[in-house]
Amino acid sequence: MGFDIRMPIGMLFTLFGILLIGYGAATRGSAIYVEHSLGLNMNLWWGVVLVAFGLVMLALTRLRRKQ
Amino acid sequence: MRPEPHLIDYAIILLYFAFVLGIGFVLKKYMKTSTDFFLSGRSIPAWIAGLAFLSANLGAQEVIGMGASGAKYGISTSHFYWIGAVPAMLFVGIFMMPFYYGSRARSVPEYLKLRFDEKTRGFNAISFAVMTVFSSGVSMYAMGKLLQLLLGWNFTAAILISALIVLAYTFLGGLTSAIYNEVLQFFLIVMGFIPLVYLGLRDVGGWEGLKVRIANDAMVHSWKYMGHASDNPMGVEWFGMLMGLAFVLSFGYWCTDFLVVQRAMAADSMTAARRTPVIAAFPKMVFPFLVILPGMIAGVVTSSRMHDASAKESVVAGTAAQSSFFTGGKGIIPPKYDEEGKPVLVGGKPVLDYDLATPMMLVRYFPSGLLGLGLCALIASFMSGMAGNTTAFNTVWTYDIYQSYINKTASDQHYLWMGRASTIFGLAISLMAAFVAKEFNNILDVLQLVFAFVNAPLFATFMLGMFWKRTTGHGAFWGLLGGTVAAATHYGLTLPAGAVMGVKGGYLGPILHVYPSEMAQNFWTAIFAWVGCFTLTVVISLLTAPRPEQELKGLVYSLTAKPEESGLKWYQKPATLALIVLVLLVGLNLVFW
Repeated sequence: MGFDIRMPIGMLFTLFGILLIGYGAATRGSAIYVEHSLGLNMNLWWGVVLVAFGLVMLALTRLRRKQ
Repeated sequence: MRPEPHLIDYAIILLYFAFVLGIGFVLKKYMKTSTDFFLSGRSIPAWIAGLAFLSANLGAQEVIGMGASGAKYGISTSHFYWIGAVPAMLFVGIFMMPFYYGSRARSVPEYLKLRFDEKTRGFNAISFAVMTVFSSGVSMYAMGKLLQLLLGWNFTAAILISALIVLAYTFLGGLTSAIYNEVLQFFLIVMGFIPLVYLGLRDVGGWEGLKVRIANDAMVHSWKYMGHASDNPMGVEWFGMLMGLAFVLSFGYWCTDFLVVQRAMAADSMTAARRTPVIAAFPKMVFPFLVILPGMIAGVVTSSRMHDASAKESVVAGTAAQSSFFTGGKGIIPPKYDEEGKPVLVGGKPVLDYDLATPMMLVRYFPSGLLGLGLCALIASFMSGMAGNTTAFNTVWTYDIYQSYINKTASDQHYLWMGRASTIFGLAISLMAAFVAKEFNNILDVLQLVFAFVNAPLFATFMLGMFWKRTTGHGAFWGLLGGTVAAATHYGLTLPAGAVMGVKGGYLGPILHVYPSEMAQNFWTAIFAWVGCFTLTVVISLLTAPRPEQELKGLVYSLTAKPEESGLKWYQKPATLALIVLVLLVGLNLVFW
């Protein structure tokens, strides 16, 4: 089938990551991180992980298309 | 304590909805024949089928229920994975898939028809179809209630919207759409729960810190206290655990339930089909860390507002609401409330609402932003379960009921149309069941009980059918009925400790045995069902005429050529992969012994 599921997965996670990084950057030092995530800006950090995961998925899609 | 999701959280959830629907729309053009719609044209690569195999089962019951069980029983809950699901998944992949896939059956009931006869298929198809729509309804109800309680969302709106989205993407793209979305949902659940476990463990000081805080040795060892039922919080001893949970219930579910087997049947080759459950076993093995640990942690941590001095204002502002919410709770697990908002008491003590353990963890550790991702993971688990039920239902309905008994000679396009139509009415019945459940909770309890009786003996029938060529159709059919009756009889004559007669058992009058827990009673009910079915099937098979051997080629172990494995690399061989899983499995059991 011509449709590779890794493409939408890669896109969605990259977008999720960008949203979280943006929100995390805008709320740096906010009390929500003290209240919830042990003082860590988890939006920022987990956003970076999600973008990385999304990009790996997109790279795999491209790799398969080239073959 | 009720969180207020912000715009960012809703944006994440809406984005997820958009992608799920988008996948359905893209796949619509590939759905040309009924085989495309019900079996994905048997073209799914092993890794996709494998993740879908895992994800279709990963409904809300698992994410919520395993967290609840972790909070209640601790790490022993891992038995559901490490001696339950995973060995069964290896077995279905290595030993049973050659017959499921090799026979070209389009469904599990259809295999029964090929191997045995029409009545055995009919019994399995009808009970499965009814069971599937109702359990889908039960999980919708659970989701609606949870979202209502946790976020104050409207019960009706929550289940209507999620049901409509699932309807749209399964209607458009059939099984392929369900499978592709299950892969997406799998990653979402994993990526949503890893930060939860990370933050939770970091807060309690890792696994060692968690052990200290739980301060109950029986909750942090999986086997050490299994010698006697009275020593461990589950109230089950090792024999009931091994035979009841692992052998009868887990093998019965993973090896015979069309909901999961359908994913492997859609694989693109025999080796891919056999690899499907084995590939699924790898992530399944580590899932206890994602779903059980949050429940265990929930029982021992406190709400941050109460212990964190740096959030002084919110302590002052939140004190009143907080303390009333937590009176009688444990950790961040709140007590159960009845319709009037009073805590439910048993023997003067409040009953904890364990089902809220994992959801409360999300609320506790996720700031806005990440909370959206966590809620998304939760909703994804509901949807993947719902879609799994829907696609299994429409296939069994169309092939095993409609085509077999109602309209045998229609065109393929007609069956494709019927598949789409049954997607709609299947979900409609589930929705109705969810609303019925809201009004009359007990009806669904009774239904689930009946399904448990019907399911319990299944594995005996399949095992005999696949590995003993002498098994006959009459033997299989009457064995199944006999096993169901055995289950109902055993359940009717026993009770778990502290329960009253009714849905919990004992309805036949005399109570012959009182089990230490409901779980023990369930495991032993399954054991009785299996033994009843096994014995009856063997006896009746020996008394009835066997089928000629040439008719059983490809359906029975001794009359089927071993699957060809030469030319495969080591990591492509199902048996090699299964062996790796087994070694890791032994290791995990030892580490958490």
